[in-house]
Amino acid sequence: MPPIETPSISRRCLVAAGAASAAATASPLAATAASNADAPVLAKVSFEINGKPQTLELDTRTTLLDALREHLKLTGTKKGCDHGQCGACTVIVEGRRINSCLSLAVMHEGDRVTTIEGLGAPDRLHPMQAAFVKHDGYQCGYCTPGQICSAVAVLDEIKAGIPSHVSADLTASPEVSGEELRERMSGNICRCGAYSNIVEAITEVAGRTA
Amino acid sequence: MKAFTYERVRSPAEAAAAARKPGAKFIAGGTNLLDLMKLQIETPRHLIDVNGLALDKIDKTPDGGLRIGALVRNTDLAADKRVRRDYAVLSRALLAGASGQLRNKATTAGNLLQRTRCPYFYDTNMPCNKRMPGAGCSAIGGFTRSHAVLGTSEACIATHPSDMAVAMRALGAEVETVKPDGAVRTIPIADFHRLPGATPHLETALAPGELITAVTLPKPIGGVHIYQKVRDRASYAFALVSVAAIVQRDGSGRVAVGGVAHKPWRVEAAEAQLRRGAKPTADLLLSGAKTTPDNAYKLTLVERTLGAVLAQARA
Repeated sequence: MPPIETPSISRRCLVAAGAASAAATASPLAATAASNADAPVLAKVSFEINGKPQTLELDTRTTLLDALREHLKLTGTKKGCDHGQCGACTVIVEGRRINSCLSLAVMHEGDRVTTIEGLGAPDRLHPMQAAFVKHDGYQCGYCTPGQICSAVAVLDEIKAGIPSHVSADLTASPEVSGEELRERMSGNICRCGAYSNIVEAITEVAGRTA
Repeated sequence: MKAFTYERVRSPAEAAAAARKPGAKFIAGGTNLLDLMKLQIETPRHLIDVNGLALDKIDKTPDGGLRIGALVRNTDLAADKRVRRDYAVLSRALLAGASGQLRNKATTAGNLLQRTRCPYFYDTNMPCNKRMPGAGCSAIGGFTRSHAVLGTSEACIATHPSDMAVAMRALGAEVETVKPDGAVRTIPIADFHRLPGATPHLETALAPGELITAVTLPKPIGGVHIYQKVRDRASYAFALVSVAAIVQRDGSGRVAVGGVAHKPWRVEAAEAQLRRGAKPTADLLLSGAKTTPDNAYKLTLVERTLGAVLAQARA
């Protein structure tokens, strides 16, 4: 039971509040921009985020990552490099993992998007989340939502028979091995260096679901 | 990022009409374009989303080859059973590039059209003839470990970053396009990418508004297919040097090299030397090379990588 006397403000609420105040201070700038040729262009997009239909009116420049974090307050998906190099923003769209920072929200009309919040929750962890906890697949945790979304999709890719750079025989079904997992997870960087534990976590889930 | 208007198109005719708008640019996977838009290296005023054009199929051609739709994702092209069996060098090249997340988004046409990763092209504080024609080249006289050694000019020494295109060059692929006026044409991959010359900002043979619709592969030629990529780390890095090779049982074959020029590098005359080994082949392949102290190693690396590939093909 959490202590009732302390105000229950989670880290997530704080982040969301911070984003809201940033938006408030940014609005005069947006108004200035509106007066010149570089005025923001708004567009509507409807998609399904973690099973829930959502319709947003967004600046066309908004990435899927910023739509999730800044507009839907789903701050589980992280912004790392914002250039597709680190994988912290990985989400699953129509069953496939992508870098949400390198995709415009308006290009996802009708898409089904799954973020870390959609995979599981503290009281009902996804098996991959549970395995990351069990195997210490993180230290600071910043890359973890991306790692987990990526890992879930990797096992589906192997199941679907998609080969990788290290698959010895292109025409055979790929296997779950440490070498395969390391190659397939290379788009997710972990600055704390929890890689070996991440591979152990994924291996365990693969064994359980094989 | 600069503001832009956005439109989804459903037919090549709609795409062509949209392409006439000022500052218009096509977007498919967007993995390279958005990266460059964030840095304001690309500043389109109108984005035309071509993902609804139904160009995402791989079909057999009448002459026994494959027609790969422009929107086929890199993951799907690499995993296609026919590609894995008959054009393995292409699967291997695709799988050696980028990350799983990026391959899920990146398209066949977009891969061909991706821009150089020259660090001076990306650094908007430095002059670059690609970004600003006539500004000068910061790479020349700069740090050039990753730069081109063949086909360079006084204006640009950037390399083309694609792995896929190197395999397609070895396979003799052709690029099918449609122009805004509806005219269609086929461009051999050898002529698709340009050398920098005095106009390094012009990177392909495409006319303004011209849209890639497909890439075709000729009928399979058999042989052992190898794509050997040498890079700074084991995965998720651009090539320092790469070799795409198709070697026949009699030792003859085809070789294209990546990481050395503004386009995939193939010299048919050098291939006649393949049966004599890596050294005579590399000598011809690399003739005319211009190196800096930073990137002269690439000549040795090409020869040795080719040697390793030929040994693997014989094994």
